[in-house]
Amino acid sequence: MALQPYASTGQRIWYYTFRVLCGLILFFLIFPIIIIIPLSFNALPYFTFTPGMLALEADAYSLEHYRDFFYNDAWQQALWNSLSIAPAATLLSVSLGTLAAIGLSSGKMPFRGVVMAILISPMIVPLIISAAGMYFFYSRIGLQGTWFGVVLAHAALGVPFVIITVTATLVGFDRSLTRAAANMGAGPVRTFFKVQMPLILPGVISGGLFAFITSFDEVVVILFLGSAGEQTLPWRMFTGLREQISPSILAVATLLVSVSVILLVTLEILRRRSERLRGMSPG
Amino acid sequence: MNASNDAFVEFDRVQKSYDGETLVVKDLNLGIGKGEFLTMLGPSGSGKTTCLMMLAGFETATHGDIRLDGRPINSVPPHKRGIGMVFQNYALFPHMTVAENLAFPLQVRKMGKDEIETRVKRALDMVQMGDFGGRRPAQLSGGQQQRVAVARALVFDPELVLMDEPLGALDKQLREQMQFEIKHIHEQLGVTVVYVTHDQSEALTMSDRIAVFNDGRIQQLAPPPDLYERPENSFVAQFIGENNTLDATIAERDGEFVKVEFVDGSTGQALAVNCGGPGEKTRLSLRPERVTFAQPGEWGVAGKVKELIYLGDHIRVRMQVLGNNDFVVKVPNASRHATLSVGETASLSWVAEDCRALDAA
Repeated sequence: MALQPYASTGQRIWYYTFRVLCGLILFFLIFPIIIIIPLSFNALPYFTFTPGMLALEADAYSLEHYRDFFYNDAWQQALWNSLSIAPAATLLSVSLGTLAAIGLSSGKMPFRGVVMAILISPMIVPLIISAAGMYFFYSRIGLQGTWFGVVLAHAALGVPFVIITVTATLVGFDRSLTRAAANMGAGPVRTFFKVQMPLILPGVISGGLFAFITSFDEVVVILFLGSAGEQTLPWRMFTGLREQISPSILAVATLLVSVSVILLVTLEILRRRSERLRGMSPG
Repeated sequence: MNASNDAFVEFDRVQKSYDGETLVVKDLNLGIGKGEFLTMLGPSGSGKTTCLMMLAGFETATHGDIRLDGRPINSVPPHKRGIGMVFQNYALFPHMTVAENLAFPLQVRKMGKDEIETRVKRALDMVQMGDFGGRRPAQLSGGQQQRVAVARALVFDPELVLMDEPLGALDKQLREQMQFEIKHIHEQLGVTVVYVTHDQSEALTMSDRIAVFNDGRIQQLAPPPDLYERPENSFVAQFIGENNTLDATIAERDGEFVKVEFVDGSTGQALAVNCGGPGEKTRLSLRPERVTFAQPGEWGVAGKVKELIYLGDHIRVRMQVLGNNDFVVKVPNASRHATLSVGETASLSWVAEDCRALDAA
């Protein structure tokens, strides 16, 4: 929005102040993430820029920390743990969250507000409280310290995201489409997979992405529920920071940021493409 | 097959209530013959759409039986009824092409690939959409989407097709064109059609029989000419076509006719259709084109001209007659038509058969 020619002095001042504020906000959000990228190529085991790096000397940079990440068994174990827990948790939260959202969107659902609030609560309740609660509960039933226990806990954290995104997509879903499908002889299961699912897929994908990232980045619940065998990347980074301060963490962080960005961009492109193909945008 | 009735679709004392208190459909009895084009016509909230939804299976009847070809279908889920339906907003699947939309009911029925292709092509050709199989619904105009919706409802050869105000979203010209097309398809295929609309001209154009709904009941079930010329109650007379009403009291019964007394004490004759005995109130119904100007010396009632509207082939005269300010007379624009001017008084006359004494609703 350009400055109008008739803007008053106050409006002019605000116009520029607003832009400076936006710039500052973006800077503080992004700079700490950007800065770790060059730091991760540090040849020396420090968290700061060495004089050599600042002088852009080639031998001040190295892939040392990346090598450490890829050849260190502990890091590799953590990577594989993360890669097995996050997709499993995502799958679980997407399936349950989508079904819950469909149920909650139906006109016949009693106590909708209450049920919705309960399902969304993991997003609102402080994580440390959920984690402590899960710890005591899962210990009772023998799930504490197991892979499945961690998956369940992460799925519970991911469900609210799926419910919110899918519910939002369902608002625009025309219920006469499911009626039309039934009318043409399709049973409820076929109707769900052939008609409803393809149309709410963008919402399901977004929700799944959030659920995946929630699980992939999660550090509090895993500290309570995981055993040494389920160390994930965030856990390992957390303990690494506390105990040894190895710049390998920076390499891992850079990799994670890259993966997140690539994942997000790819999915967004896919989602837009499918939305366009499906002619979802009216008119 | 039910021995007492050979109707293809049958509503037997059907009632429907959404909240358990008020009945949206009250005691509906209706038989629809095979191959018939039956229209359910009525104002919104009259229960016509609810009836259609009960037939399709999307609503359950609170009481009574609905039978299809003699079989009760109350407990048959919608996807096992085999009824085609055209929805008000077309309900085409936006993520499928036109051809995929049409193939959907055939795939559900596990038909072979070749047969599906043949049938889809035939159905699209029938609605003149043969070249549009590869398009998506969003790329079609409203009228084209409407054709696809009709083709999709017919592609699996259902014996019964339901249409829920399918032309409501189209402009007038397209609507009239589609009325004829749907009518022709119906004649071609001999399929039974139950059509819901609130547009009376649509109902009159297309139907074999029309069921006029109001307040959860069928007010009259008759072929279009009967409905227009022989309405059985005030609601139908008022709802179908243009209608003049006059309130009167019955003086005496005289065979098929009644002698009525108007508000100003003058008397006249009317056909006794749906009225009570002497002393009771009645509402007379008269079509504007059946009212003439009385010759001198003939029986007539006085009317004062309030407004003249020139319409080319005829002149609409709005008059004040016996307390009714909206009494309309159509004067044909013939070479020797009556010349009238606003404020003038004229004597109006009609044949007793055309003046129907109905309930004083």
